[in-house]
Amino acid sequence: MSVSVVSSTKPGGAGVLRVRRTLRAVLPALSLILILLAIWHLNARAISYFGLNLMLNLAVPVALATVGQMFVMASNDLDLSIGTFVGFIGCITATVLHDSPVLGIAIFAGCIVVYALLGALIYLRNLPSIVVTLGMFFVWQGLAILVLPKPGGHAPDWLKALMSLKTPYVPFPVMAAVVIGVVAYVGLMRTSYGAVLRGAGGNAVAVERAGWSMLKVKMILFGLAGFCGVLAGMALIGLTTSADANLGNGYTLLSIAGAILGGGEFTGGRVSPIGSVIGALTLTLAGSLLNFMHISPDWQVAAQGGILIVVLAARVLINRAGSAA
Amino acid sequence: MIASMRRVIAQPWLYSFVGAALVWIAAVTYTGGYGAGGMLSAGIALAAFSVIVGTAQMFVITLGPGNVDLSLPANMGLASAVAMKVMGGCDALVLVGLVAAIASGTTIGIANYLLIRLLRIPPIIATLSASFVVQSIGISYGRGLQVKPPPGFATATTVQIAGVSVMAVVVVVFSVGIGLLLHRTTFGRSVAAIGQNARAARLANIPVERIRALTYALGGALGGLCGALLAGYFQGSSLDIGNEYLLTSIAVVVIGGTSVAGGRANVTGLWGASLFLVMLLTMLNTYGVSAGVRLLVTGLVIIAVIVTAGGPRIAR
Amino acid sequence: MRPERVMSQHSVVIELTGTEKSFGAVRALAGVDLAVAMHECVGLIGHNGAGKSTLMHVLAGTLTPDKATVAVKGETLKRYGLVAAHRLGIRCVFQELSLCPNLTVAENARILHPALRGFGWRRRAGELIISKLDEIFPDHRIAADAIVGDLPIGKRQMIEIARAFTVTTAPVNLVILDEPTSSLDGHTASQLFAFLRRSVKAGMSCILISHMLREILSTTDRVVVMRDGRVVTAGPTSSFDRNKLVVAMGGAEHHGTQADTPAPLAAAAAASEAPITVRMKPKGQHDGRELLARAGEIVGLAGLAGHGQTDLLLAVFDAGSGRAKKGAVADRIALVAGDRQTDGVFPLWSIAENIGVRSLARFRKGVLLSVEAEDALAARWKERIKIRTPDMRNPILSLSGGNQQKALFARALGSDATTVLMDDPMRGVDIGTKLDVYDLIQEEAQGGRTFLWYTTEMDELRHCDRVYVFRNGSIVAELARHEVSEERVIAASFAEAA
Repeated sequence: MSVSVVSSTKPGGAGVLRVRRTLRAVLPALSLILILLAIWHLNARAISYFGLNLMLNLAVPVALATVGQMFVMASNDLDLSIGTFVGFIGCITATVLHDSPVLGIAIFAGCIVVYALLGALIYLRNLPSIVVTLGMFFVWQGLAILVLPKPGGHAPDWLKALMSLKTPYVPFPVMAAVVIGVVAYVGLMRTSYGAVLRGAGGNAVAVERAGWSMLKVKMILFGLAGFCGVLAGMALIGLTTSADANLGNGYTLLSIAGAILGGGEFTGGRVSPIGSVIGALTLTLAGSLLNFMHISPDWQVAAQGGILIVVLAARVLINRAGSAA
Repeated sequence: MIASMRRVIAQPWLYSFVGAALVWIAAVTYTGGYGAGGMLSAGIALAAFSVIVGTAQMFVITLGPGNVDLSLPANMGLASAVAMKVMGGCDALVLVGLVAAIASGTTIGIANYLLIRLLRIPPIIATLSASFVVQSIGISYGRGLQVKPPPGFATATTVQIAGVSVMAVVVVVFSVGIGLLLHRTTFGRSVAAIGQNARAARLANIPVERIRALTYALGGALGGLCGALLAGYFQGSSLDIGNEYLLTSIAVVVIGGTSVAGGRANVTGLWGASLFLVMLLTMLNTYGVSAGVRLLVTGLVIIAVIVTAGGPRIAR
Repeated sequence: MRPERVMSQHSVVIELTGTEKSFGAVRALAGVDLAVAMHECVGLIGHNGAGKSTLMHVLAGTLTPDKATVAVKGETLKRYGLVAAHRLGIRCVFQELSLCPNLTVAENARILHPALRGFGWRRRAGELIISKLDEIFPDHRIAADAIVGDLPIGKRQMIEIARAFTVTTAPVNLVILDEPTSSLDGHTASQLFAFLRRSVKAGMSCILISHMLREILSTTDRVVVMRDGRVVTAGPTSSFDRNKLVVAMGGAEHHGTQADTPAPLAAAAAASEAPITVRMKPKGQHDGRELLARAGEIVGLAGLAGHGQTDLLLAVFDAGSGRAKKGAVADRIALVAGDRQTDGVFPLWSIAENIGVRSLARFRKGVLLSVEAEDALAARWKERIKIRTPDMRNPILSLSGGNQQKALFARALGSDATTVLMDDPMRGVDIGTKLDVYDLIQEEAQGGRTFLWYTTEMDELRHCDRVYVFRNGSIVAELARHEVSEERVIAASFAEAA
């Protein structure tokens, strides 16, 4: 008995570490609650079925893109192209998918394959993912403009209907976010192969020594990112009903910020699916909060940066408190 | 002699110049020789801006893996606004305006470094969050600002003597200075040493953190300077003035033969790569292709270059 | 004790013959034969760099030897690697932990076992690893859902060990334990050894690498002693005692082959009055001993690798460059790295640039660095330390390992440093290079420079005026020049708390 008491009071002991980890895990949720409280304080009516529906509408595609980014980050890479990819998928959704669904779905499948191949290329040639995906940023944007030189197109009706679904009691965006978070959580955190995928980010040598193929791991993670990007693009068009080649450009930064806010780290395979979804919601709500505070939309982006900095600073403080205790 | 020839041929930056020349020839052939000189001088003038931003990015990237400055576009946008406001359309205040722009850029650079150091976060996220904040400062500071550059300043950035942009000549001189800074000063050597092996650099008595701070400050300062110059060139400040330079700055560094893994910078290559990219766009424009194809080709070129430059995974 | 073993072909789990492996110029294994029988626990010992870990990597299939014959049950295998080793049931507990720190204990078990999948895998993986932990370390207090990165190093080591013994589809026949007790306390270590004895009795085999001779003597059936990439002695454990093992590891026949460098007595005497340049207490030192060095002295840091010598050098380095205030250190310090790749060489630079990087301030002419000054320094040291290259502007990587090391020496010695720290700099360096450098160090010391010299090579300690022997992060012995002998150093570094 005395052993456990000693070890939990020792500096850096298991007890302190557990507390530190719990604190870090609740940090994303805490920031979301803080923002919700602030909005409620400023305008209580906003926290209602209708208000949440309105404020969180755009959170669905953001959450999907963030989860996609999280998959790439799980293997210590970064996808700078996800923004224009979402834009490109949006253009396809509003044109090809609307006119000939089969061809549209075939293109989406092809895109996911391209993502998986990028993962393979990055692994086999040992390339910096930042530069490769930077090139892809241009490629997707170029393709988007080729598909849809001028804003326009029409979202398929079923997609519009889906995105404006009136669900009972709980607003659709909230339900969608929960579904996205739970599916990603179960897939990455609860399945047996998900453990291998995450382990590859934590100690690639050990995973390879145990007989797993790192090539396959990279391809699957990038492929999953592509899949999430496809869903994000479709969801976005379901909301906006028509497309624009530059619609998704901001999603690159939003998705990275969301995944980091949600507790993700760039190295070590430390990612959190549910945290990522919460991070995406937080960033989306930050805009509404500023509106309620009558702060000009000029400062919207600053608020996103500011939240990011504050959360990261809090994380450093938690780590430091843990090691100094 | 043969050995030195081989060494020249092995330089990756050479290909970017060759590529630029080939693309130019392709464009000129298409127009039947019409506008060959104009294309070249316009190209060189535009390339000069990419070279300045590219230099900023090159220093940061040379610091080693993970180092990159994503706040350059926002920095340039803010600096262009600051410069125009300070100059207020008055030629006498040009110098003050430039200093103000550089000061604004330097501040952003130092802020970037402090975020990296104090929050212990990767540079990409630090400069990303900084860029969010800077963007907003820019929007709120530059709201409704439509200040034209002082006429003298605008002329200085655009004037050509015998088809040669004066700006470009100045930037060539600047590049020579940067080359000396890189290879012939303690600072430049320290940056390269840290980029190759930060631990070894520390053990060779190099003040690693001080050099890192200086590098981010320098990158910010150059971004600020370029923002101000662009405002002169395009006849007015705009917050979006730097937007396309986020990707361009990284692209010219990579194509120009600077090592993405850090430790090896190449100033000459910046010119080759900038000319190549500008010429590529010029060529595609003369062919009358759409913006989509232009972007597509640019992206594929960047990927092709990095795939060629990267080595295969060492099996162990 | 079991009766004398008859190594019939069928009792042999695996047999390696003529194993050779070189890393560049360093010959890690020079034709090693090793056979492990069923029901056998083999102890493998040797000083640092004897080739033990390389041999184990070959056995575990993680390293392909340059030349070797692998035979199982009398049959020679054509291809041997990770897959074959896994099929044969050979598992390895590596020195560097091979757990994923971001995963839970159960998930780490899953990584090793492809069969742990489908519904309820998490529970099964948890039960598998926890039941094995219960079996080996009954009071382990590790939860299956704990994140490995959050656990202290000792618990991680316990998980790593237990994981190697878990069985799903592939069998476990031979477990290699490379320094398994380095981060375990005495209680858990004894639990581990009791378990090993039980497993061996039940039919398993194991190889135990340890610097704790007591562990080897009490646990193993047979001892194999390695030195310089070869097996020098092997035999039943019962035929050895502590002293015999120490002598075998040290290679008594090496005695006297290297003539003692005659120490100028006058210099030694003068040194005792010379000003103190370094005064530093190791972090793990609790008995008030501290390390002292005077101007002109060569002070050796001995003991087994990783027992705090490098940490002390880094502490001195930080103190000397104003990064830390602990201890007293005269200014101007330079360090010669032993691990060239991670601590020393700038791979993209020329030899001259690599040498000059520590002296940039002196090259300044006006604003710019003078290339002539850099070349002059490089040329001077090419001559003095005999760097074999046609052109000092050639890339540093064009040099052999030994000459790269000379360039690192030139960097430190060519600088204005008054105190030079050496972090086992002769690791894997050929004898020619060593001889070139030894004389130079003596010369420089007589010129008034202080040297702190961490080395794992016994012969080098003879060049030192005084030697501190380290163990577990603290100084356990201080030997004056005439007291330095291989036996004394090994005895002190293997000294075990009663």
